[in-house]
Amino acid sequence: MAKRASPEVNAGSMADIAFLLLIFFLVTTTMEKDSGINRKLPPMQDDEQEDVIIKQKNIFTVLLNNKDQLLVEEELMELKNLKTAAIEFLDNGGDGSCTYCKGKRNPKSSDNPDKAIISLKNERKTSYGMYISVQNELVAAYNVLRNKRAQQEFGMSFTEMQKNVKDVNWVGNKEKLKEQIDQIKLEYPQKLSEVQ
Amino acid sequence: MSKFKKKKDGGLPPINTASLPDIVFMLLFFFMVATVMRENTLNIENRLPSATEVEKLEKKNLVMYIYIGKPSRNYKKKYGTEARIQLNDKFAEVSEIGAFIAAERADKREEEIPFLITSLKVDKKANMGIVGDVKQELRKVNALKINYAAIKGDVSRNRQ
Repeated sequence: MAKRASPEVNAGSMADIAFLLLIFFLVTTTMEKDSGINRKLPPMQDDEQEDVIIKQKNIFTVLLNNKDQLLVEEELMELKNLKTAAIEFLDNGGDGSCTYCKGKRNPKSSDNPDKAIISLKNERKTSYGMYISVQNELVAAYNVLRNKRAQQEFGMSFTEMQKNVKDVNWVGNKEKLKEQIDQIKLEYPQKLSEVQ
Repeated sequence: MSKFKKKKDGGLPPINTASLPDIVFMLLFFFMVATVMRENTLNIENRLPSATEVEKLEKKNLVMYIYIGKPSRNYKKKYGTEARIQLNDKFAEVSEIGAFIAAERADKREEEIPFLITSLKVDKKANMGIVGDVKQELRKVNALKINYAAIKGDVSRNRQ
């Protein structure tokens, strides 16, 4: 039988094909991950519920009007001062039950971080950018307090703890770390209400 | 003439390109693995606000997206300049959100439903009015976990 050599396939254009695919995937790739501020909406209540009476001093009212102006506790305020004001309010510890609070213990301000509620109101014409800025400042206030508390209690900031829980390479007891995170979350609960 | 040609031997030898496909394939595989296809085409302007305290959304398959913003240039004539809602590929009314969430939930496995997060991708120029309406609608269908999409950055950029 005659030996028939099969013709060699020309692979010279393989690079071109691969380039074509490469460019396609380069163009369609989106590397960025979604990020944002997490919030939980209050559930809808069907039946009339008895109104829980909250003392006025435990509510920190933030109002954003149509012109994106900020009214905090009935006073006009700049955005950059909001964080400090919120921290002062949350960390006040007026009734003395909060042993870890560093605030002024002003009896006219909030009783303890568990009772302190921040209420954020907006109007229909408020711009979304400004609204997010305010949300961001308020979340930052909580984070500052939590970081401080975690640093003092466990020698690690709260953000670091949260990062370590997700980090696969972190060496240490994750169960314990989760418990510690929950403890901090309990000590400074995020009570931020968005009013319609 | 041939005498001269034979002698010539000074030029650079050609570079061997046989391994070029391999290199290109390596890159190709990297991008294929890293690629997440864009799910919807945006019909609206969508410049997200900046915030410093952002958290990352981990599981992409558990996220539902609601886009809000002004219609982009091609749609201005038809839909006006007021901010609108976009669900999947179409403009939608506030009342359609309930059906949208129900449809998204039907796609997912039952045990995943409590972990679903609604990501609100809202243009920073939009008004809170429409966002409030959407939030109200989400409360009605009990989709309470939401995420205000934002880019990591300083808040002062939100004013532009």
